[in-house]
Formats: sequence, structure tokens, C-alpha cells
Amino acid sequence: MIRVIVPHHLRNLAGTGAEVTVEVEGPVTQRTVLDALEAKYPMLRGTIRDHVTRQRRPFLRFFACMEDLSHESPDAPLPEAVATGAEPYRIVGAIAGG
Amino acid sequence: MTSVRVLVGTRKGAFIMTADGKRDKWQISGPHFGGLEIFHLKGSPVDPNRIYVSQASDWFGQVVHRSDDGGNSWTTVGNEFLYDGVPGTHQFYDGTPHPWEFRRVWHLEPSPVDPDLVYAGVEDAALFRSADGGQTWQELSGLRGHGSGATWMPGAGGLGLHTILIDPHNPDRLFIAISAAGAFRTVDGGQSWQAINRGLQSDYIPDPEAETGHCVHRIAFHPSRPDTLFMQKHWDVLRTDNAGDQWHEISGNLPSDFGFVIDVHAHEPETIYVVPIKSDSEHYPPEGKLRVYRSHTGGNEWEALTRGLPQKDCYVNVLRDAMAVDTMDPCGVYFGTTGGQVYASADGGDNWSAIVHDLPAVLSVEVQTLP
Repeated sequence: MIRVIVPHHLRNLAGTGAEVTVEVEGPVTQRTVLDALEAKYPMLRGTIRDHVTRQRRPFLRFFACMEDLSHESPDAPLPEAVATGAEPYRIVGAIAGG
Repeated sequence: MTSVRVLVGTRKGAFIMTADGKRDKWQISGPHFGGLEIFHLKGSPVDPNRIYVSQASDWFGQVVHRSDDGGNSWTTVGNEFLYDGVPGTHQFYDGTPHPWEFRRVWHLEPSPVDPDLVYAGVEDAALFRSADGGQTWQELSGLRGHGSGATWMPGAGGLGLHTILIDPHNPDRLFIAISAAGAFRTVDGGQSWQAINRGLQSDYIPDPEAETGHCVHRIAFHPSRPDTLFMQKHWDVLRTDNAGDQWHEISGNLPSDFGFVIDVHAHEPETIYVVPIKSDSEHYPPEGKLRVYRSHTGGNEWEALTRGLPQKDCYVNVLRDAMAVDTMDPCGVYFGTTGGQVYASADGGDNWSAIVHDLPAVLSVEVQTLP
């Protein structure tokens, strides 16, 4: 079980609380976690990653275990603490005024 | 009893305002999608309880919502807007070729005959069509494939397709407008397109009479006369009586012929409305006076409508999708401002009052007349 923390507007869109859980079979990577998240909540497709390129949207960041993983390979293994559910994988919206 | 429902898109959410036929007491719901930019929302003429919403965000991209109960509840529908084939390029601000990139839906236009059919005008400029209530979208790429597409260049607000008019007598005939490419017409449901900009004069482009490149801000027609179109251009107010084959200027005695909105009275096809804005460098009303101008003669002769509108120290703008008319008798006219006011007139523009004063900046206003 992977824990994922989603930002306010995506919680509203998906109708969830701050934290959701997803199941990932096989390697636990950013790609597989986000694929599982979008499969469970299809309304999130296109809001975190581009539909076609699967690139992270520029104003979002991905954090886990106090590290910024936004620029890591999407296929790199996530920390063991994320894979075991001890720590959440965080999707964070950039802060901005206005 | 007949009632009206005003659909307002703002920088920070959507608001829905309802009133009975007198249109003097309003119920307001919202914000719907609070905190998010709602570019446009519009109801189906066939099924008024079906409302389509364009939500755009720099953070989370494009989302499209649909209500089937008049805005009480919402379902998220498709947000995958993929350009057909290899998109190619248009011109960027610096004149270099720039790949077509989807950014947002500016305008949603539900079909007048089929509640599941809806068109979307998007940035970078293209027209999409959904035949399944917004679940999936297909580009009508003949528009971008028009020979001039590679030369289109964005205005400062982006290369947006913002106006979609569907001929109620022939749903295969559509008119669209793009900033800053101009107006186009199709007669085959969007497969092929013709630029319809003859008669436009734009001194901000190298050839002021070019076939394309004009910054059209809005076009409107009366449903009974779809060959007569009215246009608010970046500068100039114009009309055509032959479906765009030839335009002529009707700015007449307006204090400024710059502006964004233009609309037509529901029962008087020669009565039209604009909101003059001082200039393209100063996006606020002349003299700090918010005035709607009405022409009963299809242009050229305009009267200022001021009763109930601020006549000093007013420096708001009225954006291109932020005016609408209902079909009550007398006709109601509505517009929203970047200052967050939504003004309504229940008597064709003679008298105005604010439905609400303090919304976020208003991006769009639509109105439904309900049985």
C-alpha cells in the first residue's frame, strides 16, 4: 500500500481526503505510483502529468522522505519507506500569490 | 414561471445566479470550483440543466466539468485535447515558428440541437468537438489546416479561439473567431474553412487589409439573421450582411471603438450593445465612466446607457466573453467586469443594477432563460 498526499484542488476534483492509498504491483517508482493513482482516480489524468508526454506539470513538485524527487527519473525506485507505506509520496503545488 | 439563470466564470471559481422573470431579486450559489480559474461555462439550449464548464489552471491544467442538474452537482468529463496529426507550428511573438501547444479551453459552445454535442475553442487556437457530452474530444483540424495557420500569431492574451457561433438554421455552418488570426466560416460542419475578414482594417499588422492576422475580439448574431454578424475588433466595430464575405465599419459616434464585448438584443435584430474601452493601452472605460452603448439602427448611431452604472472613478474592463442577453420580454442584458461586478438590466439596457459587487475578476457571463 502506497500513501499519496494530494494538494487541495486535486482532493476536491477526486473527492478524496488529503491522503489516498494505491496499490502498486512490481517496482514502486514515481511512474507506477502515478499510474496507479490515475487509474484509481481517472479525473486526475492530465492534471499532474501531461496526457501525452507524461511529464510533470511545471507548477507541481514531487517530494518524499524530505527529498525533492521532481527531477529524478520517473522509473527510479522510490525510497523503501514509501514502498512500505511508512512515508507518503507528496504531490505539492507551487506556492504563488494572487 | 419563467426564470433566468446567469452563469458567471471568474478567476477564482464559478457562480450561478437565479431570479424569477422580474429579475430584481437574485439567489447566488458558489463559488463552484473555488480558487480555480473558470474561463467559461454555458448551458445546452436543448437541455438547460446540462451545463459545461471549462476550468483552467497553471498548476493542474485543463479540466472540463458537466452538470446535468442545472449546476447542483458536477461530473468531471474529458480533458484530453490532442491536436490532430503532427501539429506543426504557428508564429510566436518573436516571429519564429512555435509548435502548437494546448493551453486551455476559452469557450464551450453546446449544440442548439443535440445536448451531447459541444464545441470547444482552445488556445493555441483550434476547434474541438465532442459528440458524447464532453467525454472525448476530436479536433476539427481543417481550421488549423487553413492555408494561413502557420502565420497565425498570438495577441498578448494568447492565441485563443474565443467565439463559436452555430447557425441555428444550418448546424453545419459555424463562424469562429481567433485572437489574433481573425474570423473564419465553415459550411460543412468544420471540415473546411474560409477566412472571412474582407473589409477589416488593422493598422497594427503590416498589411492592414490582410486576409488574416486581425485581432477580432468578439462576433455576435441574432439567431433569426445568421447572415448578419456584428464584430468588436481590437479597434473598430463592424457588421456584415453576407455572412462575412464583406464587412463595413459601424463605429459611428462611439467614444472609443476599442472594446471586447458585443451582443444583440433577443427580439430586435438591429439593436446591438458594446462597452467602449478607452484604448488597447488603457483597458478601462473612457473618462472613468462605465457606459454600455446601444444602437437601435444596427450600428453607426449609438446612445450611452448609464442609469445605474458608475459614472466616475470606474476603471474596470469587460472581457470578451462577459456579456449576454436573455430571451425574456423585455430583453435582459448582463455583463461582468474585471472588478467583480455583474450588472443586469431587465429592460433592454435602460436601467442597470449590480447583481453582485465583489466577485473575483469576471471572465465570462452567460444567461439561460428557463421555462
